[in-house]
Amino acid sequence: MPQIAQLGEFYASQIFWMLVFFGITFFVVGRGMVPKVMDTVAQRDKQIADDLAAAQKAREAADTEEAAWRTRENANRNVAQGLIAEARTKAAEATAQRLAAAQTGIDATLAAAENRIAEARRAAASQIEDVAADAAGDIVSRLAGLSLDPNAVRSAVKETLAHG
Amino acid sequence: MAAEGKVDPMHQFQLETLAGADWNIAGYHIPFTNSSLWMALSTLALIVFVAGGMKRQLVPGRWQMAVETFTGFIDGMLAANIGANGKKYVPYIFSLFMFILFANFLGLLPLGVVGFHPFTFTSHFSATGVLAVLSFSIVIIVGLVKHKLHFFSLFVPHGTPLIMIPLIFMVELISFLVRPFSLGLRLFVAMMAGHVLLEVLSSFVISTGNANIGLFAIAGLPSFILMIGICALELLVAGIQAYVFALLTCVYLNDAENLH
Repeated sequence: MPQIAQLGEFYASQIFWMLVFFGITFFVVGRGMVPKVMDTVAQRDKQIADDLAAAQKAREAADTEEAAWRTRENANRNVAQGLIAEARTKAAEATAQRLAAAQTGIDATLAAAENRIAEARRAAASQIEDVAADAAGDIVSRLAGLSLDPNAVRSAVKETLAHG
Repeated sequence: MAAEGKVDPMHQFQLETLAGADWNIAGYHIPFTNSSLWMALSTLALIVFVAGGMKRQLVPGRWQMAVETFTGFIDGMLAANIGANGKKYVPYIFSLFMFILFANFLGLLPLGVVGFHPFTFTSHFSATGVLAVLSFSIVIIVGLVKHKLHFFSLFVPHGTPLIMIPLIFMVELISFLVRPFSLGLRLFVAMMAGHVLLEVLSSFVISTGNANIGLFAIAGLPSFILMIGICALELLVAGIQAYVFALLTCVYLNDAENLH
């Protein structure tokens, strides 16, 4: 077993060169290069974390912006709906007023017409009285040969008309 | 032919001096061996690998993604075992894990086909022991610096009856002191066993193939098929052992950081 057989001859060489080359490895690679590599990794991780944080912040900003827009939009809609409702009531009121005015006009016209009709009926009735009295006087004079007082005939006709 | 055809499964662990046969530091003989060469190659490969992932692009390419996956993996392991305090150990645990991983994988490369034999230095406890002792020292230093002498309460679990404290203290102390050995030996044994197994199986293939076709059919061919499966297993073991080494270091560091 050379490891033991040659130990006396080579142990110092083994220990010395091991220390030399492991020392070089440790100082050049371990102390010199590894921290830089780890630094790169750390920088990358930091950048990724920062980017993610920025994205998160942007999303939150967008969310608040959207919420603000939504409230603004809702307020605008409410105002518009208020305006519409107002216009609607105003229009309804105007319509009602105009309808009322038209109704009074119509009512007045109707009343006048009815008066006129009543007047006409009365006039027609009195004319009918006259015609009836004349006709009755004529009929009496022709059939009975009597000459009656027109006033008496009139009152008799009036009485008859009034009784139906 | 028979003598030369015989494969020595331990030969692959043989250290050979490549340069500096007379190099000395403070009386210690430190030649540059094949083991040192593969340590150097692991270091180089690791530097190239990590450097390729340093483009620092916001949207990573494949290579950068691969390197970041490894650093993220180590970071996650430390975070899971130690918590937020574990971040400062990433350079050490990353170096440890990747160095062992690259060593294990480079040692498994089939470069012998082109005549350049890879050497797995993690199959030498004299190499893994250095890493184990290093991890263990860091644990002790961190523990003592952070908790002063209170660190020794690690050896007395909560709710131990007063009368049991000396015994429990000894048991815990021994289990604590065994850690560097278990850490280093586990890696060394796993790597050596796998390489020996592959070598033994390949020796079956070679010697039966040299003997006759009938023997090759009953012993050599199944061995070869088994080798293919074990190669896949060894790749898995290479990753797992590096992971276990790093994970146990994390667990021990957690003891030192947070006591219990």
